[in-house]
Amino acid sequence: MGRKLLIHNDKVPGINTLEVYRAHGGYASVEKALKTMTPDQVTDEVKKSGLRGRGGAGFPTGLKWSFLAKPEGVPRYLVCNADESEPGTFKDRYLMEKIPHALIEGMITASYALGAKRSYIYIRGEYFYVARILETAIAEAYAAGLLGQNILGTNFSHDCFVQVGGGAYICGEETALLESLEGKRGNPRIKPPFPAVAGLWGCPTVVNNVETIAAVCPIVNMGGEEYAKIGVGKSTGTKLISASGHLNKPGVYEIELGITVEEFIYSEEYCGGIRNGKKLKAVVAGGSSVPILPTELILKTAKGEPRLMTYESLSDGGFQTGTMLGSGGFIAMDEDTSIVKNLFTFARFYHHESCGQCSPCREGTGWMEKILKKFINGTANESDVDLLWDIQSKIEGKTICPLGEAAAWPVAAAIRHFKHEFIEIAKSKKFVDISHYDRLNKVIA
Amino acid sequence: MGAQVHGTQNFDKAKRSGIKFSEEAMNTVQKIMTNYPEGKSKSALLPVLHIAQAEFGGWLSAETMDYVASVLKIKPIEVFEVASFYTMYNLKPVGKCVLEVCQTSSCWLNGAEDIVKYIEKKLNIKVGETTKDGMFTLKTAECLGSCGTAPMLQCGASYHEKLTYEKVDKLLEDYKTAGKQRNYTDLDYKNTL
Amino acid sequence: MKVTIDGIEIDVPKGTTILQAARMIGPEVAPPTMCYYSKLKTSGGYCRTCIVKVTQGSTANPNPMPKPVASCRTEVMDGMVVQNITSPEIIEARKGIVEFLLINHPLDCPVCDQAGECKLQDLGYEHGSANTRYEFKRREYEPIDIGDKIKLHMNRCILCYRCVKTAEQITDGRVHGMIHRGDAAEISTYIEQSLSNDFSGNVIDVCPVGALTDKTFRFKQRVWFTKPVDAHRDCKKCSGKARVWLKGEEVLRVTARKDQWDEVEEFICNSCRYDHKKKSDWVIEGPSPIHRNSVISQNHYQHLNELKVEAMKHQKALGFMSINKKP
Repeated sequence: MGRKLLIHNDKVPGINTLEVYRAHGGYASVEKALKTMTPDQVTDEVKKSGLRGRGGAGFPTGLKWSFLAKPEGVPRYLVCNADESEPGTFKDRYLMEKIPHALIEGMITASYALGAKRSYIYIRGEYFYVARILETAIAEAYAAGLLGQNILGTNFSHDCFVQVGGGAYICGEETALLESLEGKRGNPRIKPPFPAVAGLWGCPTVVNNVETIAAVCPIVNMGGEEYAKIGVGKSTGTKLISASGHLNKPGVYEIELGITVEEFIYSEEYCGGIRNGKKLKAVVAGGSSVPILPTELILKTAKGEPRLMTYESLSDGGFQTGTMLGSGGFIAMDEDTSIVKNLFTFARFYHHESCGQCSPCREGTGWMEKILKKFINGTANESDVDLLWDIQSKIEGKTICPLGEAAAWPVAAAIRHFKHEFIEIAKSKKFVDISHYDRLNKVIA
Repeated sequence: MGAQVHGTQNFDKAKRSGIKFSEEAMNTVQKIMTNYPEGKSKSALLPVLHIAQAEFGGWLSAETMDYVASVLKIKPIEVFEVASFYTMYNLKPVGKCVLEVCQTSSCWLNGAEDIVKYIEKKLNIKVGETTKDGMFTLKTAECLGSCGTAPMLQCGASYHEKLTYEKVDKLLEDYKTAGKQRNYTDLDYKNTL
Repeated sequence: MKVTIDGIEIDVPKGTTILQAARMIGPEVAPPTMCYYSKLKTSGGYCRTCIVKVTQGSTANPNPMPKPVASCRTEVMDGMVVQNITSPEIIEARKGIVEFLLINHPLDCPVCDQAGECKLQDLGYEHGSANTRYEFKRREYEPIDIGDKIKLHMNRCILCYRCVKTAEQITDGRVHGMIHRGDAAEISTYIEQSLSNDFSGNVIDVCPVGALTDKTFRFKQRVWFTKPVDAHRDCKKCSGKARVWLKGEEVLRVTARKDQWDEVEEFICNSCRYDHKKKSDWVIEGPSPIHRNSVISQNHYQHLNELKVEAMKHQKALGFMSINKKP
């Protein structure tokens, strides 16, 4: 069994309440940090831990914290990115729903390190019921003196608020999130300046993912060095993986970074293999935006080494033969899946979610969806594959924010590894969706 | 999307004067406005729009948006720009229960299309339409973060996961009997099915 | 700070953007712009036509930047090396941007009032390709009036945000803005309101395309059949310095004066723009400086006549024919 640091108590009855959470060692990091450590010492532990942003980009958290500008007399903010919207990703929702105090505890400890007197949890509007769970937890924390003035009798005071979004994937991009939190359209800002210098209301701000902030608690408790011993190389600690698709046991798993992809898919401890005795065809390993890989490349690298669940191993081989750990949104597809149709749902998603600020993304995402629709309708030509390839290449790297890449990469990867499927449809002028078990007709019959 | 519908709305000044938050809603709005530093109450716009939507019939009319602008002391266009950006705000009237079926990757892999077809057949409406009795509006949604429990639909604040036809039958029945307005505000939270 | 753009080095003050530095060198290396407007704060960055390649970030950090950057929003660093027209990659990327800007554009230049002074036309001509690869239905909107003087053709809009920023920064009450999102985003007024502020007419001048046009000028005349002159009048609301577009003795249109980058020099008030359409309202200073390659310079009758006379003189001198009547 791998070690679990974040959701080890998820099955404990009442763990969503402060009482049970504390009885299981909750808020120890707040006690330890506020009473025995300086803010810089907390940051140092996070640096030593090697923790990398769990939202998708994998940027070292300690380094991000150290960029925070600290001018006198200007408030600083910690903002938690709970706008989890990357298709295939639902780990943050699970964590917040089951153990809301794990996030609140992290918010307090991290805010102490950053010197933030206020913090906000920006949660996607659709997670409305989760926002309520968080608010209840925050109210409990205030009542117990863990939030508010002079927390646990120390000099540190802190207020934490939950802000509900309005439905927009783009608000997961940190500057779009800040715009939205300021009551505006979720348009990503043009950088620089970065939030560390001018973030929320123009003040220095750190934006971290839910899981990243929650991970600060075990890091403070066990020490950064101890945390860094878990994992492989620069992929330290544990990671929540959202497993979905054609798996026997989809769900949220906490893994030690470094287990093999094969173990994750097939072992009983994790996903328990592919459903209905089917064979695995392809995997999207880190949320919809990362390149899809066929079975042979997801289980083994191009060099023939076993592929590990780490930032480095998954990206081994670059985009030619590798992918990314991303947000840990792990979507497995069985042998009957149409890669083209799956790609269409991604393209439709990015078209729907483009904010429309910059022209390549605004116009390109819709164009790609329309061409893919031709494949679904069986009216595409072979030249449409080249056109798709060209359009994605003209979006990638030309946009204000990473949504451009997020929309382009899945298209590129699907063509790179499954071009024959596109060609087949274009040649036969027929799209057969064999994965589409028409359950409705069965029911009516 | 809006390509077919131009953004301008009819505006009835007389109607506008009749719009006012209930006391309970107004208290919530004022509490939310204290969540931000002095002078930053525009930040309350998104949560306040959710409340306005729940208060005034499940959608945001021009009059409602104008009222929200006056409460937050911002320009009406700022409200309209924001309300039209996010998917959760309805700019047209909807049924009491808005069923939003997720259709992205994992949900599709698990039969979301069948669920949509089933509901269409059962309610005798197409995606985007509302039943004649004004009870249900059917929509498709992009990834709602429930991929491991696909297929799923959201109605108001509630997630309905691992859907089967039987489950759909039951939840439609439940909503019909409850006959409640399904919305995304804390006022509604107690009523979550 | 020293920056090298397409092999040309220039010294610029701190805070200068790559685009501004390139403009200081000259129009040959200055990237095209569709959304950036030096007179409007926080403009630019959206259209991506001005992207350039930074092959060396600075002397201190000589690494190249990983992606092309919007030159209008990227400040120069000392020792920065930039490629614009010398980078085939940028030329190709820009071609892509032009294509994106055009796939949903109606290409209705023959009936568009902006034809001849349209930045998208210029951009397409200089950086685009002759054919379209887009085979789907284009976005369509009905043209609407926003106020009694301005027509909005949303079909032609490239969502550059210039008019929104103008209304925000030049007028005292913005009533129009960007609504919806993605490729359904559009410029609109809130609840059928009209732009009625004293300076609202400036949104027409900043619009790079034919999305916002002056209703008092619509369909009156092709712009290349008019003669722009710089003129002024005493005005209490604005500087009164404007560009008056003449056809004979008739004032067809009044706009702000524009500089060599086609940006308004000084914003003018609606009274100057709409209410002073007699030649006697204005003190005419002389012909407006219009770029010699502009179609507007090509076709002035008077200018043409002079040319004809010149040509005939030549011919007469060469003994081809005699001038027996005035052309």
